[in-house]
Amino acid sequence: MSILVNKDTKVIVQGFTGKEGTFHAEQCLAYGTKIVGGVTPGKGGQQHLGKPVYNTVKEAVADTGATVSMIFVPPAFVADAVMEAAESGITLAVIITEGAPVKDMMYAKAYAQKRGTMTIGPNCPGIITAEECKIGIMPGFIFKKGNVGLISKSGTLTYESANQVVKEGFGITTAVGIGGDPIIGLSYKQLLPMFENDPETKAIVMIGEIGGTLEIEAAEYIKEHVTKPVVAFIAGQTAPKGKRMGHAGAIISGGSGTAQEKMEALQAAGVKVVVSPADIGKAVAEVMKK
Amino acid sequence: MNIHEYQAKELFRKYGVPTPRGHIAFTPDEAVRAAQELGGSLWVVKAQIHAGGRGLGGGVKLAKSTAEVKELAKEIIGMNLVTHQTGPEGKLVQKVYVEEGADIQREYYLGMVLDRASEMPVMMASTEGGMEIEEVAAHHPEKIVKIAIDPLIGFQGFHGRVLAFGLGLEKDEAINFIKFASALYTVYMENDAEMIEINPLIMTGKGEFLALDAKMGFDNNALYRQSKIAEMRDLSEEEPTEIEAGKYGLSYIKLDGNVGCMVNGAGLAMGTMDTINYEGGQPANFLDVGGTANAETVAKGFEIILADPNVKAIFVNIFGGIVRCDRVANGILEAAKITKVDVPVIVRLDGTNAKEAKEILDNAGISNIIAATDLADGAKKAVAAAKGAN
Repeated sequence: MSILVNKDTKVIVQGFTGKEGTFHAEQCLAYGTKIVGGVTPGKGGQQHLGKPVYNTVKEAVADTGATVSMIFVPPAFVADAVMEAAESGITLAVIITEGAPVKDMMYAKAYAQKRGTMTIGPNCPGIITAEECKIGIMPGFIFKKGNVGLISKSGTLTYESANQVVKEGFGITTAVGIGGDPIIGLSYKQLLPMFENDPETKAIVMIGEIGGTLEIEAAEYIKEHVTKPVVAFIAGQTAPKGKRMGHAGAIISGGSGTAQEKMEALQAAGVKVVVSPADIGKAVAEVMKK
Repeated sequence: MNIHEYQAKELFRKYGVPTPRGHIAFTPDEAVRAAQELGGSLWVVKAQIHAGGRGLGGGVKLAKSTAEVKELAKEIIGMNLVTHQTGPEGKLVQKVYVEEGADIQREYYLGMVLDRASEMPVMMASTEGGMEIEEVAAHHPEKIVKIAIDPLIGFQGFHGRVLAFGLGLEKDEAINFIKFASALYTVYMENDAEMIEINPLIMTGKGEFLALDAKMGFDNNALYRQSKIAEMRDLSEEEPTEIEAGKYGLSYIKLDGNVGCMVNGAGLAMGTMDTINYEGGQPANFLDVGGTANAETVAKGFEIILADPNVKAIFVNIFGGIVRCDRVANGILEAAKITKVDVPVIVRLDGTNAKEAKEILDNAGISNIIAATDLADGAKKAVAAAKGAN
């Protein structure tokens, strides 16, 4: 078991034949992901990486039965691509592209929700179910199979955490990079119940960042509904107020969204909060051995 | 990206959001000409910098004659304006906005920002005009009226009514306010703004509303389609090192400590700062080298970090995913040749080809490059090295 994606998930790639799309689709195929085709308008009918190329998502879905789309189109076209995926019956759109305008994501997410399509990202590493299905840009070899679910706003901290978990002798069920933009798709609050309900997942690691209130909402949810142990780290304890730390969403504005208040809320919800990200693996080992 | 008050007001006028009339001036003589052109007998001379609290810092003054306009412009242009938002070092004022005096009956606050919880823009209004909205929110949250506006329906009359009557306005005043707020919504949406703040918004004796101040910030990701906004960027308002870093795809923010950091990924970069802090040190900066850490970007990173004289050690923390660590290691060696690095450099490379990378660094035999096994080890060594140098 795992959440959202597994070895049978059929995936298409929007922006299939572009440089990024090609490189990462190849890596995903090598990992074992069932990529069944891709979409590049104007290149329909061609073959790429041994898979069919379509002009529209609608055709791709009709022909391949794909349910998940991995989106690599340039930032200006992300909203269009997400809405097309939603319109065409894709149930999960994983948006890797970095730099999409916030206003576009506002419209795209609202529309996707209306159509019942889940989204992950934008500006994220994607989602991986260890040793089964990688939809994104993460280095697959780090994610050994195991019993720890991972949710993270940050890409490289996802790798760091997974690596620590594996070095402690454990592994990952599914890891989801949710992205650090102001508007993102699936977040802690939607993913936590999935991990709670996944029999294989025994513990959950959640990596947050300064800015916004998603981690606070997660704390409230955990308090009420999550019985599995949760380990959390919030990046940006040392970040100054009013300065944007790389991610568009990572900013402390008006004294709210600080690491401190998020850590306190999580702690109050019974989460094992680590102060240093170097202790994530150890904390997981502790809760797993209990 | 932020713009100046005078630029925001120009944009407001284009969309029918009323503001007092005014002109920008770079010299005292230009300020006088501006006042003459505006006419009247009362002017406000306002320092144009990207920071709030200008009035308290002495950057906003009233003039009752053109001679006084000249005097004040002379005083303000070239002054180092210190406000609670500029930091103690202040900001050099290079231009003033000369505006006609306004008939202020009442002062309000009106702002617009993306509400991340509802994922919609939210408009906020308060009767506590002129006050810091964070202060009002903390002590008198009941004095702020808020409404999220679903972009799928846009600004409707009821949005305006909730705000207007929430402020306690009379019927005719409310009509004027709603017109103002509706136009402001259009400014926000059409220009990909991420923040608008009007503090104070004033009501004149005639019950009309005017933006007496204006602050605006924009979504950097949307600037490609907002060329007119992008042209308003004032580089003199930004940190030169941050601009320089941006040219190389690096995201750099200077901090006050002495342990320089070079990291791939924003989250890990923040996490590295936190680890340094946890180990008893102080990070000197935030630096995200992005997805492609090659010799050129690493060299530039070293150069930018070392431009800060406080830096006593550098911690390079790269988790190679798609990026191969052996390439980064070679990049570091090359960078060390290009840029003179005279402080200890602690290098932690993990992920793809980490073993090969360690061999490359060990074999290079450069005495000030110290290999670290993991994040905690690297942070400890970097903090110790920085302390040892003191």
